[in-house]
Amino acid sequence: MNTTWLNNTLIIFTAFLAVFWAASFHGVRHLLGAQIDLLPPLMVYAALYSSLGMVASLAFVGGLWFDSLSANPLGVSIFPLFVVGLLIFASRELILRDQIFARLTLGFAASLLAPVICLLILLTTGRAPLFGWGTLWQLFVMAVGGAVATPVLFEIFGWLNRAFGHAAVQQSSFRPDREIRRGR
Amino acid sequence: MLKRAHYIALGLVVVLTLIILNLPSKTTARLKLGIGSSFIGLFGLANTSRELAGKAGDALTPRSELLKEIETLRHDNQELRLQVNRAEELARENARLRQLVGWPQKSKGKFKLGSVVLREPANWWRTVQIDLGTRNGLTNDLPVLAPDGALVGRISSVSLTSSRVVLLGDPNCKVSARVANATGDMGVIGASGPLDSEFVEMSYLSKNADLKPGQSVWTSGVGGIFPKDILIGKIVDTRAGEYGLNTVARVKLAASLNALEEVWVMMEP
Repeated sequence: MNTTWLNNTLIIFTAFLAVFWAASFHGVRHLLGAQIDLLPPLMVYAALYSSLGMVASLAFVGGLWFDSLSANPLGVSIFPLFVVGLLIFASRELILRDQIFARLTLGFAASLLAPVICLLILLTTGRAPLFGWGTLWQLFVMAVGGAVATPVLFEIFGWLNRAFGHAAVQQSSFRPDREIRRGR
Repeated sequence: MLKRAHYIALGLVVVLTLIILNLPSKTTARLKLGIGSSFIGLFGLANTSRELAGKAGDALTPRSELLKEIETLRHDNQELRLQVNRAEELARENARLRQLVGWPQKSKGKFKLGSVVLREPANWWRTVQIDLGTRNGLTNDLPVLAPDGALVGRISSVSLTSSRVVLLGDPNCKVSARVANATGDMGVIGASGPLDSEFVEMSYLSKNADLKPGQSVWTSGVGGIFPKDILIGKIVDTRAGEYGLNTVARVKLAASLNALEEVWVMMEP
């Protein structure tokens, strides 16, 4: 199976499940007063391991799915998700993507930035979302939740890719240029 | 840092977002319903697994506990029957007195029970979706009550099989309310803080309103959406409004919005 194709399918499918989870399971909200959004951590993974087209597709599809189950105006979540993905994608050569600390930091930043941009769009377009000092706590919970979810998502995707993709070609110690050719 | 391709992609996403955001509201509503319906299968699956888990739990409950529960329910049932008989007697008396005074008769109201199938994924709105839609006769702006009769919110959009309920405390759910005191002070129930799901603010109350903690707050019937005399909650505390021109009261909701599993939709007041 083509690894890129598999990876992209897994990302979109996980986005679908992430939106469903956010709308169906509210244990974290009851406990901490804010629901964690898993789309920004997923966007971190897509931006580091996928193409720009995939980043745009995830922002578009994930944003539409999220808004369709929410009271958000349809399409308002697309731009924040894409901005987060684009910023990471543009500097991904400089990011130590295998380091847990890098994943935690990116997850934290992405999960903080996406809702902030979304709230700014809502406020500037004349909508009146619930907004106050409590929003700071909600953003903190979202950011920490996203930070924790990011390395977990990376591990899950790594495991799935290993399980369903091709195994990496083993390096052989045999070198053809050093072969002793026997005469006759 | 950003290359030309990145700018082009960003431009495309911005244009696409602007187009979607500026679509006519009817088209957006239809699109939302269409996209949201892709989750129906998963919701069905989640509900079935919940039911199965519940059944498995029931099968594991010891017989002695079930018998004890039956006994309690029997006792509750007898008590409720007694209360229903008394309520019916009072209703008959009320109807007779209304007839004598010449007031119009009050209807008993028509309700439909719905289950909450999903909650708001975003933290800045307060809505839920229920499993009743246009095929059940639902329309926009119908009042929604908790199982114990306290006000929960109103229907904000309806599809064939489901509806969105905008809950009390959401900025889009404003209710004209009346305090049960001697002067019957009136105000407007509006949005609350992002973390206070059990409390709402009642504003535009008179500066000299005689408000005390524990006084109950009911719908006033003004505004045309919510009928009169539906319980909203109880006053917790009060403070002066902007420039001291009015009073704002904090109201603890009678309905527990976090624990909503089933709701009544008031089809007719």
